Amino acid sequence: MKVEGKQAIWKEYQKDIAGDKYFYVRSCVRQNFFPGSETTFLRIMREELGKDIYEHPCHTTCTGIGYHGDVVPLDTMMTVVARQFALMTEAGYQNLVPSCITSFGIYTEVLDTWHHFPEVEAKVREYLRKATGREFKIPQNLAHASDLIYKFRKEIAQNAKFKLVDKETGKPLKVVDHIGCHYSKMFPEKGVGGAEYPYVLAGMIEDWGGEVIDYPERRHCCGFGFRQYLVQANRGYSVACSHKKFESMEPYKPDMILTNCPGCPMFLDKWQYAIAEMEGKTYGKDGYGIPVLTYEELAGMVLGYDPWDLGLQVHQVSCEPLLDRIGIKYDPLKKYNDKNGVSLGVPEKPSVMKVS
Amino acid sequence: MSQLYNKLLEDVRFQEGIKACINCGTCTAICAAAEFYNYDPRIIADTVQSRNEEKIENLLKSETIWYCGECMSCKTRCPRGNAPGLIIMALRALSQELGYFVESEKGRQQLFMKRVVGGWILTYGYCLYLEGIGTNMYAEQGPIWDWRQKNWGKVLDRLGANYKGEGNGILRKIPEEALDEIRKIFEVTGGTARFEKIEKFSKEKAEAMNLKFDDGIDNEYFQHIYSHNNNTHNIE
Repeated sequence: MKVEGKQAIWKEYQKDIAGDKYFYVRSCVRQNFFPGSETTFLRIMREELGKDIYEHPCHTTCTGIGYHGDVVPLDTMMTVVARQFALMTEAGYQNLVPSCITSFGIYTEVLDTWHHFPEVEAKVREYLRKATGREFKIPQNLAHASDLIYKFRKEIAQNAKFKLVDKETGKPLKVVDHIGCHYSKMFPEKGVGGAEYPYVLAGMIEDWGGEVIDYPERRHCCGFGFRQYLVQANRGYSVACSHKKFESMEPYKPDMILTNCPGCPMFLDKWQYAIAEMEGKTYGKDGYGIPVLTYEELAGMVLGYDPWDLGLQVHQVSCEPLLDRIGIKYDPLKKYNDKNGVSLGVPEKPSVMKVS
Repeated sequence: MSQLYNKLLEDVRFQEGIKACINCGTCTAICAAAEFYNYDPRIIADTVQSRNEEKIENLLKSETIWYCGECMSCKTRCPRGNAPGLIIMALRALSQELGYFVESEKGRQQLFMKRVVGGWILTYGYCLYLEGIGTNMYAEQGPIWDWRQKNWGKVLDRLGANYKGEGNGILRKIPEEALDEIRKIFEVTGGTARFEKIEKFSKEKAEAMNLKFDDGIDNEYFQHIYSHNNNTHNIE
């Protein structure tokens, strides 16, 4: 088939994503901040889609925050990554799926480095042998967990109980996408749609009934910056980045923000609270914030999962106005319960930003 | 030829990060850090390609190299395929190797990163391990985080985690034999040596600054590097 026109332009950004048999590695940020998202991802992959997705109890951090905080040397990071490859190889898998974008960037960087510097790969193999006695094969396919949801977005749409549509007006919800920087800024050809027009989240939004909103600072970083957020003295950097994005998207009146990086939804959620406390300003409707969702939460939401199973109760910005607009039912009295249905008490309310 | 430049060249990230920079400033235009700090990645690239020993030494001791957030937006945009973010990573590695990082306020913060993130990696096998890390240190986490901290294990349990449990799952206890392998990797690859250098140079700096120093996070030096900002770093 002759590839031409629009297809030709996008050809280099068509990503090969494996169809089954995945080795899953978890995200340190996700596990601490959005545990419900990883639970939901595995539920969708296994129960909705019937896929084989394997987790090894001995896998660890990739050292990502330490590496990009520059306290973990390159050789150390690469050897920890090589150990994850070894666990995958020993378990009989070839397709690696990281939950974390920083990890995805790191795995991509390691494979690219070894491609250009084969002597570095040989050195790392020797380090791993010396430290653990393990050997490994390079993954045949590397895809971020959001790539998988993107790949199966149409199947999810077929099983969906809800669409991203205002139940009163019938109009599509306006959704802002925020792609984690390390998804495709370093290696554009490794992400769906590249760095300029990444389509990994936009594809989900469109197929689930929403409308993607373009705005000037769409590609600006959320402001994690590793040591820039973690050290208190630098934290102004972080809030300044998120603030720039909120100000830029505000005129477009988005109904929600969708993210694919573990850290970004936390910053975009929490900085809205902090900006409201510092400056008295809120960005959502009627004094609320703009709900910020992970792609796993959104997939689970359209599939009709209970919002409190997804973990929407751990967001600082309330998601109830969004659920109400779509027409998703929830029990407010169960929001802050433990798994046995016992109340864990109610969080205090912020002084400025409205919450449900 | 500058010896420091040769040291930088040993880092593959430096080899990948700079060919001939044409000084167009595209990296600076897109840089998130350049909007906030007195920071210009174009000048970083130009300084290292000068191969001037004194200029590179000054850079390694400067505040400047610690401003980058490593978002790598520069990598996408450079028309010559350079990546100032990668140059920064090589500079930071060398600055710590030589002990120059303690000469700047922002560089001294590496002790925080080593003890906190490095500590979590080697103790638990996670980059973040946040039970007990409250809004006293991270106020922007808000009242929802206070609620989560108060109910840490129960909320994790509600959301399908296996907190501190055996086997698979979210925030499971990573088996001791796996952690031993990670620690051994740190030993054979220079990770442990890096950590020891950060400790050694930080201790010496604390003495020179007359600030109390011990191996915890409550000492005067540690608290100083975590929170002190001399307010000379930003764009007016």
